Amino acid sequence: MHVEEKLTAETFPAEPEKATLEGKNKFLGFWFFLGGETVLFASLFATYLALKDSVAGGPSAKELFQMPIVFLATMLLLTSSLTSVYAMHHMRNFDFKKMQLWLGITVFLGAAFLALEIYEFTEYVHEGFKFSTSAFSSAFYTLVGTHGGHVAFGLLWILTLMIRNAKRGLNLYNAPKFYVASLYWHFIDVVWVFIFTVVYLMGMVG
Amino acid sequence: MSTLARKKGVGAVIWDYLTTVDHKKIAILYLIAGGFFFLLGGLEAMIIRIQLAVPNNDFISAGFYNEVLTMHGTTMIFLAAMPLVFAMMNAVVPIQIGARDVAFPFLNALGFWLFFFGGVFLNLSWFLGGAPDAGWTSYASLSLASPTHGIDFYVLGLQISGFGTLIGGINFLVTIINMRAPGMTYMRMPMFTWATFVTSALILFAFPPLTVGLIFMMMDRLFGGNFFDPALGGNTIIWEHLFWIFGHPEVYILVLPAFGIFSEIFATFSRKRLFGYSSMVFATVLIGFLGFMVWAHHMFTVGMGPIANAIFAVATMAIAVPTGIKIFNWLFTMWGGSIRFTTPMIYAVAFIPSFVIGGVTGVMNATAAADYQYHDSYFVVAHFHYVIVGGVVFALLAGAHYWWPKMFGKMLDEKLGKVTFWLFFIGFHLTFFIQHFLGLMGMPRRVFTFLPGQGFETGNMISTVGAFFMAAGTVVLLANVVITTVKGKRVGNDPWEDGRTLEWAVSSPAPEYNFAQTPLVRGLDAYWIEKMEGKKGLTPAEPLGDIHMPNPSILPFVISLGLFVAAFGFLFHQDYAWGTPVGVVGLLITLGAMFFRSIIDDHGFHIHKEEVMEAEKKGAGA
Repeated sequence: MHVEEKLTAETFPAEPEKATLEGKNKFLGFWFFLGGETVLFASLFATYLALKDSVAGGPSAKELFQMPIVFLATMLLLTSSLTSVYAMHHMRNFDFKKMQLWLGITVFLGAAFLALEIYEFTEYVHEGFKFSTSAFSSAFYTLVGTHGGHVAFGLLWILTLMIRNAKRGLNLYNAPKFYVASLYWHFIDVVWVFIFTVVYLMGMVG
Repeated sequence: MSTLARKKGVGAVIWDYLTTVDHKKIAILYLIAGGFFFLLGGLEAMIIRIQLAVPNNDFISAGFYNEVLTMHGTTMIFLAAMPLVFAMMNAVVPIQIGARDVAFPFLNALGFWLFFFGGVFLNLSWFLGGAPDAGWTSYASLSLASPTHGIDFYVLGLQISGFGTLIGGINFLVTIINMRAPGMTYMRMPMFTWATFVTSALILFAFPPLTVGLIFMMMDRLFGGNFFDPALGGNTIIWEHLFWIFGHPEVYILVLPAFGIFSEIFATFSRKRLFGYSSMVFATVLIGFLGFMVWAHHMFTVGMGPIANAIFAVATMAIAVPTGIKIFNWLFTMWGGSIRFTTPMIYAVAFIPSFVIGGVTGVMNATAAADYQYHDSYFVVAHFHYVIVGGVVFALLAGAHYWWPKMFGKMLDEKLGKVTFWLFFIGFHLTFFIQHFLGLMGMPRRVFTFLPGQGFETGNMISTVGAFFMAAGTVVLLANVVITTVKGKRVGNDPWEDGRTLEWAVSSPAPEYNFAQTPLVRGLDAYWIEKMEGKKGLTPAEPLGDIHMPNPSILPFVISLGLFVAAFGFLFHQDYAWGTPVGVVGLLITLGAMFFRSIIDDHGFHIHKEEVMEAEKKGAGA
């Protein structure tokens, strides 16, 4: 199928993200990119595990982490992943308005998560847990902060797509763009599941 | 919109290259930039060899020696070998698989400009307070103690160029999976395409650990991090692990394309299909896989313990098996062939014994117990120059001669090519063979001078003389390039006359759309099959029609320039008040350009059927 074709709900293909060669390339290329990102986060996790007990007299994980705020952040991000699934479901059904709505909810939940994280970080800094306090603090802020940076970038990305296409609706040129943005969002979510387990749960229990 | 056969002024040509997304032009950009850095790295090598020619030499100071040594290694690996490999891939792989372009032409240009600005940034350190001086491996214990900004240039420069390499890797993976012509199954892909495929996968998984290592180093040096500072609980060994998890696959990232280039050359100039094609594919994939299992053999003396050392030693030795398969396949390709000793072929033939020496010393180094003796001595220097120069540089020189007519439409002079070869070949063995013995006699690497009376004088003098031979060879090559460009005659599609793969079926240089009609591939060595059946061209897989092409764009240049500016600002943010604002402005330039890329629709354009027919007629007449 061709990029510039005018489509209706009847003629819209089942998998619009892979209907053109450009879309296929984007789809595959983005999966490879996520493969590289996985290695990137794996390296960050490995370093965190090596340094998590090197507190150098500063606060330790047990003293810092509070379950309520982290649990709330986790729920927000997990839910935002679900709402982006809804958005993609409506994209495939050529229902642009509903897709925009669910993407909007996704962005809202993501922004709430990010706000909580910023609040959490400022609290830690007030408690004397700065980036330069210890090897543990550097590793913590770099791992969790890299994830937070990904969330911020994802929010800007999805917002840009929503605003750019607000007036013209779906076509085979922008469908792959929405799709890979949602893939990215899922990836961020998966990484957070590991952060929640390895950093917070293991930090509070272990 | 088509730019076919239009005469252009100098400004227009420069603008064309700044904005191009054509893989063939990007290949030329990689070749020029990589070639420039190769000369720079070579100059640094000459300074090293002059300093070490005689004992107690004071040609350069100890501190400057550290900078030259660091920049020689860093430049040669990241800024010369890598881009020259990418030059070959860009010039050849899309055509070899019968594609009109790569999967992501825009990202292809972005990859080049990121590498370029990263390389320029790294080399600016010479003029801005001193180059990095902790060796190309930049171990944290050394680099954290380095007083100048040199290491910061290393960290940020490599970060930028590393992004470019990662993008290039993803691009080639998708190109090879999605863009192959009809009939081009995986097991019909030319060996160089296979090598590019596996190499790209290695890049994808090897570069992120380097990225992370560089982030840690940047945090520690510029933003108060403590990853490597033992006083605050940090651990310098983390850098070593991350660096080598990247660094060892990097060796295969360089040498697998070299193997691919030689596979093409052996088959072409033996006039036989490559012996054991499927075992070659298998060996390439296996080397790529094992390449990730061996990084700690660089760290035997760190004290990981006998079990870890033993595992990594055995894994390392295992790589000799697929490599051996390859060596024998090349020998059997030549066996019974009607061999033509052209310039690329003599490089290929010389590569086999040279590389085998490097492989043998590699297995010696892999023996963990013995490695305690070789470690940090000239034996190691000799070993890795035998694999990198004897393998990669020979391949790049061979590939440059082999594909030069395809890239530029003119043959490099064969006589001068052979002069280059003999000077370089003799110089190479003269320089590095003796270093094995210097190392075994106890000469340590990375030390700026040595004392008389320790038995090192003769060996070092021989080594320096050899380096001058290699320099002379390089000068002859440059003269060859100039003479060819000025006086060379235009050549046809298949200037070596024995071309086997698709790139030899299109004109030299290829038209911007590569193939007027996408070809139908009927087997391995697709063009050879057609020639053997007496046909002049390829079997088309589609009727002649309009050809879709990507638009040129200046944005890749701007995105890369933004990161360059940002790195510059953040590097000086502790020294000057303008540092942070400049850094932020740079990031805004990059993000702004990415924003424009996202919101401006880019549908490309079409070259019309009539224009294609006209261009093909002209190409056939030339």
